[in-house]
Amino acid sequence: MRNIMGAGPAREIIMPIIQMAIFVAGAGALCSVVMIILALLFQGSGADHLLQSTQGVGIFAYTVGNLPQVLIDGMTIGFVYAAIALGYTMVYGVLQFINFAHSEIFAIGAFAGVESLIALNAVKKLADAGRIEAFTYFGLALLIGMAMAGGVAVLVERVAYRPLRGSPKLVPLISAIGVSFALQDIIRMTESLTTGQFFRVIPAIDYFDIHKHPFAFLQIPVIKDIDIQVKSLVVILAAVLMLVALNYLVKATKVGKAIRAVAQDPNTAAILGIGVNGIISLTFLVGGSLGGAAGVMYALKFTRVDPFVGFMPGIKAFAAAVLGGIGNLTGALLGGIVLGMIESFAGAYLGTFTQGNFGAEYKDMVAFLILILVIIFRPNGLLGENVGQKA
Amino acid sequence: MKEQIVAKFRQIMAFLNKDKNPYFFSIGLLVLGTLTVYTSPRSIPGFLLFVFAASSIYWLRMNRGIQLALAVFVAIILVPILGARNVFYLEVIFQIAVFSALALGLNIVVGFSGLLNFGYMAFYAVGAYLWAFFGSQQPYLLHSTVTTKSLNTPFFLAPDWFYLFIFLGVIVAAILGLILGLPVLRVRGDYLAVITLAFGEIVRQLANNLDKPLNFTNGPQGITPIQRPTMPEGILKVFNTIFDPVIGHRITDNQAYNILFYVIALLVVVAVIFVTFRLDDSKVGRAWTAIREDELSAGAMGINANKMKLGAFFVGASFAGAMGVLFAASRTFVSPETFTFLQSVQVLTMVILGGIGSITGVIVGATVVTLLNIQVLQSFSLFLSQLRQSDAAFLGFHFKNLSNQLDPSKYQRLVFGILLVVMMIYKPAGLIPAARRKRELTEGEGDDAVENEVARG
Repeated sequence: MRNIMGAGPAREIIMPIIQMAIFVAGAGALCSVVMIILALLFQGSGADHLLQSTQGVGIFAYTVGNLPQVLIDGMTIGFVYAAIALGYTMVYGVLQFINFAHSEIFAIGAFAGVESLIALNAVKKLADAGRIEAFTYFGLALLIGMAMAGGVAVLVERVAYRPLRGSPKLVPLISAIGVSFALQDIIRMTESLTTGQFFRVIPAIDYFDIHKHPFAFLQIPVIKDIDIQVKSLVVILAAVLMLVALNYLVKATKVGKAIRAVAQDPNTAAILGIGVNGIISLTFLVGGSLGGAAGVMYALKFTRVDPFVGFMPGIKAFAAAVLGGIGNLTGALLGGIVLGMIESFAGAYLGTFTQGNFGAEYKDMVAFLILILVIIFRPNGLLGENVGQKA
Repeated sequence: MKEQIVAKFRQIMAFLNKDKNPYFFSIGLLVLGTLTVYTSPRSIPGFLLFVFAASSIYWLRMNRGIQLALAVFVAIILVPILGARNVFYLEVIFQIAVFSALALGLNIVVGFSGLLNFGYMAFYAVGAYLWAFFGSQQPYLLHSTVTTKSLNTPFFLAPDWFYLFIFLGVIVAAILGLILGLPVLRVRGDYLAVITLAFGEIVRQLANNLDKPLNFTNGPQGITPIQRPTMPEGILKVFNTIFDPVIGHRITDNQAYNILFYVIALLVVVAVIFVTFRLDDSKVGRAWTAIREDELSAGAMGINANKMKLGAFFVGASFAGAMGVLFAASRTFVSPETFTFLQSVQVLTMVILGGIGSITGVIVGATVVTLLNIQVLQSFSLFLSQLRQSDAAFLGFHFKNLSNQLDPSKYQRLVFGILLVVMMIYKPAGLIPAARRKRELTEGEGDDAVENEVARG
């Protein structure tokens, strides 16, 4: 008890924020340096000449000029991935099983959030909402999305995973794939039966579309032009808040201690009076609601959601969880941010550097390649303990 | 309750298998089925009856020779005739054949050696794109985009290269299986599943994006037209003269091609089934089972697990390669859409529904899922749309108001998903379990717990 609480709960709030800052700065700096070196190497190449003739800037100036925007995009999407990856990693930590349906839990969160904003929009026009109103409405949508996603995640565990506990490893995995597919169509069916179409577009909130220049006062050439959409700020803020809350829950509360105990050894935990089933449900609730929140943030950023929206972010977030070391909360954070950065850099520069031969459409493949390489060469991830043989 | 049903079932089976009864039943069913399909080619119950009758040749106890003769008669004579009267059935049976081969290939990887593979469609895609590229004008269009394609570009190869490419498809897909297999040897279980999923997606994305810098795959539009092998004229003439009175019309060129592809698919499937049976019963097959059940002990008994795993990937992929080539030729069109994750899961559903590791089971699984997919769901959709147009009402609900979006044929994901979950919970060994697998699943629980303990160390 003393060991965990002794350092004081405040530490569990400050530590993750510092960690996140380090991760973002580190990953961003590393990617930027690699990119700048590449840009220097590419000077005078065909790509350079092409840029000179079409946009009137050299490849070096182009790379540096775009860096801030790319970094901010990478950070935004990285935090979304981190929030999803936490769901995978928590479930893996407790049950040693990949919850494939997590990507659909994410989609359910996205739909619930978008639907509630659409409902709000019918009552009161969201486009004209002021700052406080906009934040309130978005917060409400976020909560509804979290509640729905968390609820469905618990239900899924009860119906499709709990009866299979203790069976050979591949059995629950196949069941999870089944749930994932069934949920996609259940979302589609509900949406198309109630609204007549299976994709939804989030109503515009004009306040979130404003572009801010937070560093204009610095008067440094590239930095003063940094342009952040309020939307991205909201996503980053919401994600950071939630990640801190989760970290606090798991590391500094009694419930969190129970979760860690079950993850370490369910049998002993049960002997010591912890309700293992309840804790597993709770894990799904927490992981699911984080996924749902990520869904709402994703919807805010990319505006359109469809029932299959979860597949790509889901698999990328899984890649992030593996990259960071599955079962490790800090690892999921790190993995999400790194993957978001790499993806953002690939999306922004791949096309330019290869003269359009390999464009941004390869950025999904980058995530898959990272996943494959990490699993083969470092299956326990950047921060993970040794799970290679178990997996 | 369950025991009563089982007892009743046993009784019926015993009666059916008594004396000469199986011959009467099987032939009687066949005649009945053939007559229904012949007189009303569009009736779905009739077709299902026919499929049931054909399957009775297998599950009734008869003289091996007679069984074989009946099966050949049905496959070579009855199906083409009935198929010529309604080409849709040939299509259904062709798809059953294609998916049976795919499911059997996946069964070697998942069922025999216990390596979960979610990217199986990649090998199928490689086979399909292999013939799609060389059997079309694509090699001459490397530098053109979709819009600048000129219509009178010649074809790259003569159509009859197709037959060679079936074998090439086997080889190329098998090599790709090895390439995927090599790194994969380092991981097991769920990580393997994810890595194969990523691999499958990479192949699909490559197919989707390799229209530049050189136009290999023509991107999302896909490659078309792809050549079909030339029709053997003599055989067609013989077929027409013999069966003209039975079918009632001379078959058209397209129908002839349907029959041709059906025959090729049949040959490939027979070869695949033969290879699978021989493998299952060989030293290799037993080694696979040993690895699946306990890799550590298998290694201790002198089995080279890595070699055997590679072998499983090699063989499994090769079946898909052959079917891919056949698929490209029969459709004359391929696009990345065909090789999605959904398709991989569909094949996995067949394997799991039928029974992991059970050859008969897998074929039954492929048949059931294919029928469900392209026949039962389709006709259910049709039924709903007819309801919509009628004035019918049920409990005060007017079917006119039913949403157009409720189209069962588009809800395969739901059906497959629920099938997978239900099978995993209630019948993890499948409808027709393999004998060995059944033992493993009932006794394996204790072993697994021990294994977990060891792993936790």
